[in-house]
Amino acid sequence: MENILKIDNIEKYYGNQSSLTKAVDRVSFEVDKGEFVAIMGTSGSGKTTLLNVISTIDKVTSGHIYLSGEDITKLKGNQLNRFRREELGFIFQDFNLLDTLTAYENIALALSIQNVQEKEIDVRIKKIAKELGILEILPRYPYQLSGGQKQRVAAARAIITNPKLVLADEPTGALDSKSSKMLLESFNDLNELLQATILMVTHDAFTASYAKRVIFIKDGKIFNEIYRGDNTRKEFFDRIIDVVTLLGGDLTDAL
Amino acid sequence: MLCKLSIKNIKKSFKDYAIYFFTLILGVAIFYVFNAIENQTVMLQVTNSTRNIIKLMTEGLSWVSVFVSFILGFLIIYASRFLIKRRNKEFGIYLTLGMSKRKISMILFIETLIIGIFSLFVGLGIGVFLSQFMSLLVANMFEADLTKFTFVFSSSAFMKTLIYFGIMYILVMIFNTVSISKCKLIDLLHGNKTSEKIKIKNPYLCIVLFILSSTALGYAYYLVTVGVSELTTAMELFKPILLGAISTFFVFYSLSGLILKIVMSIKKLYYKGLNSFVLRQISSKINTTVMSMTVICLMLFITICVLSSALSIKNSMTANLKKLAPVDVEFYKTYDLTSEEVEHLWQYNENMIEDSKISMLETLKKLEIDLKDFKDIIELDTYSIDTIMIKDTLGSYYEQAKEKYPFLRYEMKEEFIKLSDYNKVARLYGLEELSLKDNQYILLSDYEGWIPIRNEGLKKHTPITLLAKKYYPKYLECQNGFIHLSNNHINTGLFVVPDDAVNNSMRNTGIFLANYNVEKIDEKKQVEEKLNSIENHPYSAFTNLSMITKLFLYESSVGLGAMVTFIGLYLGIIFLMSSAAILALKELSESSDNQERFQMLRKIGTDEKMINKALFQQIVIFFMFPLVIAIIHSIFGIMFCNYILETLGNEKLLQSIVMTAIFIIIIYGGYFSLTYLCSRRIIKERR
Repeated sequence: MENILKIDNIEKYYGNQSSLTKAVDRVSFEVDKGEFVAIMGTSGSGKTTLLNVISTIDKVTSGHIYLSGEDITKLKGNQLNRFRREELGFIFQDFNLLDTLTAYENIALALSIQNVQEKEIDVRIKKIAKELGILEILPRYPYQLSGGQKQRVAAARAIITNPKLVLADEPTGALDSKSSKMLLESFNDLNELLQATILMVTHDAFTASYAKRVIFIKDGKIFNEIYRGDNTRKEFFDRIIDVVTLLGGDLTDAL
Repeated sequence: MLCKLSIKNIKKSFKDYAIYFFTLILGVAIFYVFNAIENQTVMLQVTNSTRNIIKLMTEGLSWVSVFVSFILGFLIIYASRFLIKRRNKEFGIYLTLGMSKRKISMILFIETLIIGIFSLFVGLGIGVFLSQFMSLLVANMFEADLTKFTFVFSSSAFMKTLIYFGIMYILVMIFNTVSISKCKLIDLLHGNKTSEKIKIKNPYLCIVLFILSSTALGYAYYLVTVGVSELTTAMELFKPILLGAISTFFVFYSLSGLILKIVMSIKKLYYKGLNSFVLRQISSKINTTVMSMTVICLMLFITICVLSSALSIKNSMTANLKKLAPVDVEFYKTYDLTSEEVEHLWQYNENMIEDSKISMLETLKKLEIDLKDFKDIIELDTYSIDTIMIKDTLGSYYEQAKEKYPFLRYEMKEEFIKLSDYNKVARLYGLEELSLKDNQYILLSDYEGWIPIRNEGLKKHTPITLLAKKYYPKYLECQNGFIHLSNNHINTGLFVVPDDAVNNSMRNTGIFLANYNVEKIDEKKQVEEKLNSIENHPYSAFTNLSMITKLFLYESSVGLGAMVTFIGLYLGIIFLMSSAAILALKELSESSDNQERFQMLRKIGTDEKMINKALFQQIVIFFMFPLVIAIIHSIFGIMFCNYILETLGNEKLLQSIVMTAIFIIIIYGGYFSLTYLCSRRIIKERR
């Protein structure tokens, strides 16, 4: 399988010499094309920092991150912006939709900043909206949408540019369980039907159980890694819970 | 401790305070400059009458200053409210930490104090500097020689600025304390988390409203330009003003929806780069700010009109003079005063009755006025009788006139002049000479208000009866002409009649017209001084003789023009500043919302350049929208002002419009750039 993301021994330190915090401590892993990976950890484990450095929102202290062979830790200024809008898609916990724009326009914005022609924009939005089941809600404003709908709009926005990698930061964090389920199922669809590569950060075992692989992080280091393989989602969920118990963190509140 | 916190706060939120500082410093500087004018004029070499006018002007300016201080006070409170709002979270944290509201008020108090002192002294420094240029302008306005340039510092203006702004700052402090003591912790911490509902207005309603309001606006424009001669009463003047204001509101209301709708239908444009974002930003804001946009637009409109007319009014006031004061001096006195007339005029006395019986020349002799100083002398009388009042000359139109213009006085005696006398004056004045058949009269008038009324009377061929003989109008409308020197068209009506239509028993006013018997302007001034000194002659108390001179008219015109110019400038600049400041603060108060939105754009990978461009466009449109409509208003407004002021030279008008544009670019442009820079810095902040 083609290797999309390669994390090579990255470190991220905060603070100064007298009080050093290693938020990410020599982490290495790889993500293949078409994979659906979840990164799990307690709050403070460094998972969000990890996502931030992959998404180039933050910079690594040392180490390299390769996306399709390109070292993204070397990018600067507008190269970073170009990289973010062309190679990555984002889904955030708090949706990050612009409240002044309709759902349609929010999705269109991701394309229009890449100077895609209007006609193509329309075709692509209709297609993706159909797949995510949000066709009817396109003309609505964010405040008229439920959390689940908002997150699916955000997912559509993330995926519409055909990014090499979709990064999701606690995508179900602000959703009720029913909406979470619907969203995660659409993630599965995206992953299976569109071959989207998804890297998701979560502290929720239920959410993580939708992934094909779960990487556990504790105190900035990789603690464990499990593959779903041929397990059903339920079995995979139980396995995740086992690891969580082992981790001994306060993940016990997971469903 | 609190003091330290305050100073740190100011340092930290300096970028938020930039607009506040700019407004305060500008306000202080302008306030000082206009109040220091009195001292700036001390070194000017001007005549006494000009000196008096300057005194009147500075008095006027100090009254205007009171008004200005109200505007500035309001503006400062508005600005400080914006700052408090922006720092709600900070205060919320203080409160959760257990700091008392009194202590927070104290922090704000110290902050206001520091900012106040700082801005006062910077503003005063700039004001003192600028007021040196003001002396040049003052000298130019009063056409005085500025031979020696001296640095002038006005301590009275300095003190006045300190006191006025001190009071304003105290008010701000009180206001801050009250608003802090009223607020609730929950609102402070979650103050700006209200999700705004976006209403898209019905496009058809918008189109209809837009067409209606622009038609109404067009009609208002028509009223003040083409139909301007119909606007004779104050009530009629209200019509276009009210119409204009209301339709401006609806133009903003409908345009905000309409533009969005139009651009949205041009999909290629709408879905290009951040266009959709920018447009939505503006329309979402315009929805909630239509009212303030309207007020700002109208304020800008007034500013532009006031500035450009104020700058050209002086020219228009002196331009009339050449025509309306063709000779150097005029004496006039009323003949044959009766004791009844004397009674209700306290300055008259028995001696005056005596004096009013003797001829003009005798009075001049008693005042020891040397006729050798004069040339081109014309002496003439006007006549009147009790039986011919204005109402009598209007004929059957009188009843209608009284209904239509109830405030005019119709009970005044009409004035007559002999044809031969008038022709002498006409020759001297360069006016057209007249001729009459022996049963005709001609009515002269140049006063705009009265001419249409007079014409109605003439159209009825209204006869007048003098010495038992009837006379009829030769022309059915008023002819242009006058005899008294003036700086305005003030002849409300003068009847030219054949020489034998009147006799000496009917004489009313004696008039003596002459030029000075010298050529050079300096020598003329000497004669003038000599004539002015008759005020001190003992006989001057015994006569009702009055004197008007060309030079006096000129100086008072110049002075009046300058006065209007300065007051106009003062108010115009303050208005301009206020509207720009309100716009800037409005824009910045949205910046925390914007900060989030721009952060999102950045997260999905928008180029920094694109983001800055979007921000720039947004602010440009926000600032230009009211300005453009104000400029369209002003085109017609200035046309109207021109009509009123009868400005003659268009060249001068262009000059003043250019000057106005410069003021707008400096002040409005200054606020615009500051707003852009501040918002750019705010949206760059990491949350």
